[in-house]
Amino acid sequence: MPHVTYISPDGTETTLEARVGDSVMETAVKNGVKGIVAECGGSCACATCHVYVDAAFIDKFDEMGPLEDDMLDGTAAERLPVSRLSCQLKMREDLDGLRINIAPEQY
Amino acid sequence: MTEHILIVGGGQAGMQIAVSLREDGFEGSVTIVGEEHHGPYQRPPLSKAYLAGEADEESLELRLPQFYVDNKIVVIPSEKVVSLSWGAEHGVAVTDTGRELPFHKLALTTGADPKRLTCDGADLDGVLYMRGLDDANELKARWADINDIVVIGGGFIGLEVAAVARKYNKNVTVVHSRDRLMSRAVGPVVSDFFLEAHTKRGAKVLLEKRLTKLHGENGTVTGVELQDGNVIPADAVMVGIGVAPRGELADQLGLERAENGAIVVDSHARTSDPRVVACGDVAYLPHPLGGEGMVMLESVQNAVDQAKLAAKSLLGGEEEYRAVPWFWSDQADLKLQMAGLLQGYDQQVVRGNLDEDKFSVLYYKNGRIIAVDAVNDVLDYMAVRRALTAGQNIPADLAADSAVALKTIVTD
Repeated sequence: MPHVTYISPDGTETTLEARVGDSVMETAVKNGVKGIVAECGGSCACATCHVYVDAAFIDKFDEMGPLEDDMLDGTAAERLPVSRLSCQLKMREDLDGLRINIAPEQY
Repeated sequence: MTEHILIVGGGQAGMQIAVSLREDGFEGSVTIVGEEHHGPYQRPPLSKAYLAGEADEESLELRLPQFYVDNKIVVIPSEKVVSLSWGAEHGVAVTDTGRELPFHKLALTTGADPKRLTCDGADLDGVLYMRGLDDANELKARWADINDIVVIGGGFIGLEVAAVARKYNKNVTVVHSRDRLMSRAVGPVVSDFFLEAHTKRGAKVLLEKRLTKLHGENGTVTGVELQDGNVIPADAVMVGIGVAPRGELADQLGLERAENGAIVVDSHARTSDPRVVACGDVAYLPHPLGGEGMVMLESVQNAVDQAKLAAKSLLGGEEEYRAVPWFWSDQADLKLQMAGLLQGYDQQVVRGNLDEDKFSVLYYKNGRIIAVDAVNDVLDYMAVRRALTAGQNIPADLAADSAVALKTIVTD
């Protein structure tokens, strides 16, 4: 199973094993990683799972759809070129070692 | 002495209270007891992605089993609490297996049950409801054999199921008793839009129609008879006519209940006994944005936000509940997002283009924005939700120009 490391705004790192097919958001929430709120449960409806993907991995994900793009314009924390909604990022074997910075604010 | 907090009801609200209690530093025992055979899971996808086969059962889990172990949260599934009482030192809950669970403080997060049909034929096989995972699994198990599905009730659940059924090319008829769809939640512009949208996608939508009885053969439903005598063929009937709060247990502790059976709580999510909180679908609560009166808010947002507050109240906090209600519904390729409560609005502004399936309706009262319904328009939705959260306004005259981004015209 691929490993993913979450970096909290305060620098705390949490490394988890992800189930292939689960999203980066689901992996965090189900394990209780704080800072990814994901109130809508992953249907791209709330923009409370905003993350900054490590630059080395950003191109490994599919391009975002227009909905996610719009949602990111409305996030609480600053939108950066590596910003994504983690509910839209599905884990794969080849993403082992993925590093995810959690946005400092979700509301 | 260990302090015990017992949570009755293992849904989203119950789980969130447990998690929040730990996050807020509570070190006593935390137990969640629930009737369902599953640990806490997400309900919203049941009538959406899960039914459509785009999400599996494992993906619905709210937390991994290990999370509860690590956080010393005891989850007892498959047991129904049958009695609650207070002793001199503490209270005791007894479950249907005879298990006794002591508590010093109690949270009631028992949720709601779908309202059931009571007409002739309501007990026929093939008459289905959508509330829990078991309901969704039953519908899924029958899915391949269903050709004609009649949906009773044009609310979120009914329309979501109708949309999925159309995607699978089933014959879909929606029977709605009111004059417009989702009338409790959205404004008329949005109701009319969805009527046309579902019709365009091949569903037959009947407004202001009531069913009188269900027809069956060999114990299985075959049709739905309406007041006008017409019979619509059906090999499945999906009933989504609202929910009834499961507040019965509150009576055993003498707690105040509303006319509809919900448990009355104050702005701290406390019941009429301050040792007991209630939240989520079972609670009847003061308007969370300072509006008038009491409301029912059957949504994930309310379950989560009110539970976070309830956890604080259990630990002696005096914070008041203030949260912008928001909801969403996925119907075919239409994402409907709502924020605020539109009841009592005196002005509306429609932005965008209904013909392009992308628009929003802003609702005002006394010149201040109180709610938004948005279809495939995340930016407007987010802008309004954010303004409501901050207590800000978005002037109607400026918002009327669809070309203007709402977030640029926010005022105090």
